[in-house]
Amino acid sequence: MSFLPYAVSAWLFLVGLAGVVRSRNLIHLVICLTVIQASTYVLLLAVGYKTGATAPVYADITPGRSVTDPVVATLTLTDVVVEATVVALLLALVVRAHRRFGTLDPDELHEMRG
Amino acid sequence: MTAVQAAALIAVAIGGTAVVATKDPPRQALVAGIFGFALGILFFAFQAPDVALSEIVVGSVALPAMIFVAISKVRRQAETGETDD
Amino acid sequence: MSRTLRTAVFAVGGVGFAVLLLWGFGGLPDFGDFTGHYGLYLAHHAVPQRVATEAVGVTTFDYRGIDTLGEEFILFAAAVGVLALLRLQRGEEGASAEPARESPSTGHSETLRRTASALAAPCLVLGLYVVAHGHLTPGGGFQGGVVLMSALLLVFLAGARFRRRTKPLEAMELGEASGAAGFALIGLGGILFADAYLENFLPFGDFGQLVSGGVIPLDNLAVGVEVMGATLVVLGEFLDQRFLSGGDA
Repeated sequence: MSFLPYAVSAWLFLVGLAGVVRSRNLIHLVICLTVIQASTYVLLLAVGYKTGATAPVYADITPGRSVTDPVVATLTLTDVVVEATVVALLLALVVRAHRRFGTLDPDELHEMRG
Repeated sequence: MTAVQAAALIAVAIGGTAVVATKDPPRQALVAGIFGFALGILFFAFQAPDVALSEIVVGSVALPAMIFVAISKVRRQAETGETDD
Repeated sequence: MSRTLRTAVFAVGGVGFAVLLLWGFGGLPDFGDFTGHYGLYLAHHAVPQRVATEAVGVTTFDYRGIDTLGEEFILFAAAVGVLALLRLQRGEEGASAEPARESPSTGHSETLRRTASALAAPCLVLGLYVVAHGHLTPGGGFQGGVVLMSALLLVFLAGARFRRRTKPLEAMELGEASGAAGFALIGLGGILFADAYLENFLPFGDFGQLVSGGVIPLDNLAVGVEVMGATLVVLGEFLDQRFLSGGDA
């Protein structure tokens, strides 16, 4: 049972990757990428969790209480906001590709074929 | 592992599958918003309130907004019929 | 490569990858058994050393400030990338595409406009609260910046038209740039007045006060302004700059 967070993280990664591989629409592809990003957040926070610990906010708890790891929380929270803007960049590329090829189907981007 | 954490993990796994399974982009943006909210609940259960706040705000507000404006721009481009060469 | 062939290759590779991934996860410590020394040291010493009650905020802007600087510039670079891609495209098609839309941006839904105009001001106050209290309670520049962005998005949804003299788009671009530069320059203050880049150089203040934690509230403000500016400029660019344009457009 304690393997469940890691299993969910691996599942999200694989499901997102399957969505990217089988996608017929470029915007659907970009949203499946956000699912892959979510799997890394779940993994980071699962690594930093301590049983019986509380959040690392000392406004109302005694200094000796056990808390979860603040470093992984730092990495994850900056990452969440930044990835939203990176998704915007990818969507701008999708808009550009639609203007160039007139379609949103990844299989129809004929210039990319060898 | 508490019951809340286990339930939130299952909800996140189902939500992720739902996001990938929805093919239509406007519908998928809304499912992604719900998925972001479920992730926020999971992060609360993992005792990380900062990350939960970040994920709820981004995953339910900023990300669907960006997807919708991208869809609307693509539709406007298709309507006016502009394609290069 | 056809779609079925792609799926078949992924099926084979995916199974192998899943096996390796789960085997690798099996080597991690059990869930709930965190023993990392750096994290435990920071959790116990960050708050007394920096006189701020929120260990995650202190770690973000003080102990791991260099990581946050990098993330902030990823944000800035992504926003500039969106502008470069879409403004170039609009420059190619010229101004002819613009007058095609005459309907108001939100249609005629009165419910939407009234709800949005009622919620815009509380959302703005909430965003400023989250940014200002980043070193005391969960929150900070990143989260508060996105809340501020949604407050201004509500103003747009309420059908606002800005007067000709105010130029909100330029203000947002200025905000994005000054937020990114502000964080880097505050770090320079660390070199000038203290020992190292991004080191704290302001007095710490008392526990639990709004003005405490040294440089951290200033960093939060810089990041909040930058996140708000970057996300608004990106959204405005997708909407062909009818959002945040001055005048009667």
